[in-house]
Amino acid sequence: MKLDPKIPSGPLEEKWEKHLNDIKLVSPNNKRKHKIIVVGTGLAGASAAASLAELGYNVLTFNIMDSARRAHSIAAQGGINAAKNYQNDGDSVWRLFYDTIKGGDYRSREANVYRLAQNSNLIIDQCVAQGVPFGREYGGLLDNRSFGGAQVSRTFYSRGQTGQQLLLGAYQAMMKEVHSGKIKDYPRQEMLDLVVVDGVARGIITRNLVTGEIQKWEADAVVLCTGGYGNVFYLSTNAKNSNATAMWRCHKRGAAFANPCFVQIHPTCIPVSGDYQSKLTLMSESLRNDGRVWVPRKKGDKRPANEIPEDERYYYLEERYPSFGNLVPRDVASRNAKLVTDDGLGVGDTGLAVYLDFRDAIKRDGIEVIRAKYGNLFDMYENITDENPYETPMRIFPAVHYTMGGLWVDYDLMSNIPGLFVAGEANYSDHGANRLGASALMQGLSDGYFIVPYTIGDYLADADLPKVDTGHDAFKEAADASSGLLDKLLAVKGDKTIIEFHRELGKILWDKVGISRSKEGLESAIKEIRELREEFWQNVKVPGEANYYNKYLEYASRLADYFELAELMALDALDRNESCGCHLRDEYQTEEGEAIRNDKDYAFVSAWEFVDVNGKLETKLHKEPLEFEFVEMKQRSYK
Amino acid sequence: MSEMTINLKIWRQKNEDDPGRFEEYKLPGVNEHMSFLEMLDVLNEKLIKEDKDPVEFDYDCREGICGSCNLVINGRAHGPKHKTAVCQLHMRTYNDGDTIVIEPPRAAAFPVIRDLVVDRTAFDRIIEAGGYVSVKTGAAPEANLIPVPREISEESFDYATCIGCGACVAACPNSSAALFTGAKIAHLNLLPQGTPEREKRTLAMVEQMEKEGFGDCSNYAECEAVCPVGISISSIAQMRKDYMKAVF
Repeated sequence: MKLDPKIPSGPLEEKWEKHLNDIKLVSPNNKRKHKIIVVGTGLAGASAAASLAELGYNVLTFNIMDSARRAHSIAAQGGINAAKNYQNDGDSVWRLFYDTIKGGDYRSREANVYRLAQNSNLIIDQCVAQGVPFGREYGGLLDNRSFGGAQVSRTFYSRGQTGQQLLLGAYQAMMKEVHSGKIKDYPRQEMLDLVVVDGVARGIITRNLVTGEIQKWEADAVVLCTGGYGNVFYLSTNAKNSNATAMWRCHKRGAAFANPCFVQIHPTCIPVSGDYQSKLTLMSESLRNDGRVWVPRKKGDKRPANEIPEDERYYYLEERYPSFGNLVPRDVASRNAKLVTDDGLGVGDTGLAVYLDFRDAIKRDGIEVIRAKYGNLFDMYENITDENPYETPMRIFPAVHYTMGGLWVDYDLMSNIPGLFVAGEANYSDHGANRLGASALMQGLSDGYFIVPYTIGDYLADADLPKVDTGHDAFKEAADASSGLLDKLLAVKGDKTIIEFHRELGKILWDKVGISRSKEGLESAIKEIRELREEFWQNVKVPGEANYYNKYLEYASRLADYFELAELMALDALDRNESCGCHLRDEYQTEEGEAIRNDKDYAFVSAWEFVDVNGKLETKLHKEPLEFEFVEMKQRSYK
Repeated sequence: MSEMTINLKIWRQKNEDDPGRFEEYKLPGVNEHMSFLEMLDVLNEKLIKEDKDPVEFDYDCREGICGSCNLVINGRAHGPKHKTAVCQLHMRTYNDGDTIVIEPPRAAAFPVIRDLVVDRTAFDRIIEAGGYVSVKTGAAPEANLIPVPREISEESFDYATCIGCGACVAACPNSSAALFTGAKIAHLNLLPQGTPEREKRTLAMVEQMEKEGFGDCSNYAECEAVCPVGISISSIAQMRKDYMKAVF
């Protein structure tokens, strides 16, 4: 396996522009002859599809929901970063770049991250022109807020529903091209395999989720924009249908999987209430701008929060991190929530929660100011928990939220399989070991609007693509493999439900491949995952048949992939003998619980090659060294 | 924490051609903190263990923002709670022994796929007809070159919050999509960015809405009453005003 990141030479500030000047163009006549498949229509997919169609390519879009507008990008609340410096607080492309690479704990590529910061400003221009209603000041110009640990106000927002408004903008741009005839849109279709002919991505296999039909689609390039794999944990803030199947099947066809153990656990979510719990709800971390996080100082203090006097409250983030306080990055906030609950200081029925308290902010600013800022979030909280956060502190706890790992890509966002591009959360590209708040939307749209549409042209201009149609043996083989797997799942006819298996797998991961990991825990996780996977194939009960709408069959097929991916995540975590970003190994931390990075041995991207699954997952580890020419690698400190 | 037994009467339909029928289920062990959809998950676990077909229903984010879920509960789209999508409805709303009738949103333009799952691609085609600003990637001016008075921006935003669930259609005696269509027209037409295409957009979207088989609006305002995000019927007034301007 050859992993060439293909980073352009030259000064950091000039790399992307130079690359844009160097890459080959496809003439309008020739663009019209190319067919490009885009899988997934969230921010990255919809924006890529719209932009590619505008350029003149013929685009086919596929998504598993009933409409492109449902993609999980829609659920992002807080905002999107850009280095506009509208607030005159000293922001710049460099600072956004620097914060992002530092926030990722120096486990991402300088060149990619710098380009992301450069593109951030274009995204805001584009979205405003589309009619995305960002928050504005009374003068009619755009407003910003400080978000997720940033010391400047660079976050653009649309109330608490920025993802929704950005996605609708991208979806509408995409529908504009459906109208023009350049995009053919196929909702309720799930990608089950990548078709590789002579080492090059030439199409996909899908299942029509309404009829159950297995379908073959050929193209000159495939753009995978299918999001992250957080749902491997069973409980996460991801939408229920988000899954890893498309990316995992590409991995099994040869695409390297990078940094699978880098999983972000978001500190502000509504705690679990019972076994029936199907997903976790995120409360935007913008709440930490005004809310104060605390637990009682005394173990087992069961008094209602409001009866606990000030000096018996432990504002642990403010005490431990005086300069950042409640605004420390997500990984630091999550880890500290775990530390205090591990010490028995947690609150609520389960003891697995901490308080997020607005009492002082309400006293300072008045209830109306707080209502204007967070009203919809407070309503959401009250609706779910039946408690009024204006009167009593919220209870929050960390939950799996975002996966920084993903398919390996080069600077052009192409995987190691020529013709397979990967954009958005599905690639591993920009966030290193930890993603900062309000940068997922930025990355999805940077990839989709402003990177893939250009780099794909460079590939197509040069690629030798003999005509291939769906009659080719590779399509037949992949289609048979896809339907064979579904038949195999239906044939097990065991006793245990899909959800029961998934809940057990999730528990193993949460306990041992979650907020903190240890050698011993990871080794036992790998063993348990293998045993459970074996039991799954002996004893899962999948209802119904394959030839009609059958959501539980879709689910079973995704879970089969999670069982393999889970093992890879644990392997990757075990191999990485350091703590960095969201990856905390118990063995590598200071006495105060701060991460100890090992730049000498681990400043690399781990890129795993799939070999086979025979009881155990057989893999080969490749390393892409990370070189830091322009920034100095520092120990993160938020003290 | 008390547990409830709930009697469910659920619409079952194998496909578009199947006439469909209600089936009844008794579900014990329902916890007040469960969401309505989690209650259906629990029912499906029970059905699967009994070798029966689980009930199909659409869902995704379970946070009230994606617009996938769209059940009609006891005759009301999204159930009894005002401005709440069914995924955000919790079982504490109900009492032990209650009977709950669950149906798909019924409209000629929303054919049933299976059980409670319907095809809402008619909504995509309405957006496709003109629900956008025709700006190409890369062609945008600097963002602050387009100032928008805050009041206009906020009003436009109120319409932009539509989640496209289709409850408005299910609730309307005429199965009209006027609230959905009006919301997108009002969102874009109010903004300076949307002004150049205002007339073209309005005509195209209204025509597409009619072509899809949605009925006319007769001002029942049932749509506004069930809308999980509280889209106002003033959006329909905006649509009509712009339509009249475009026609004459």
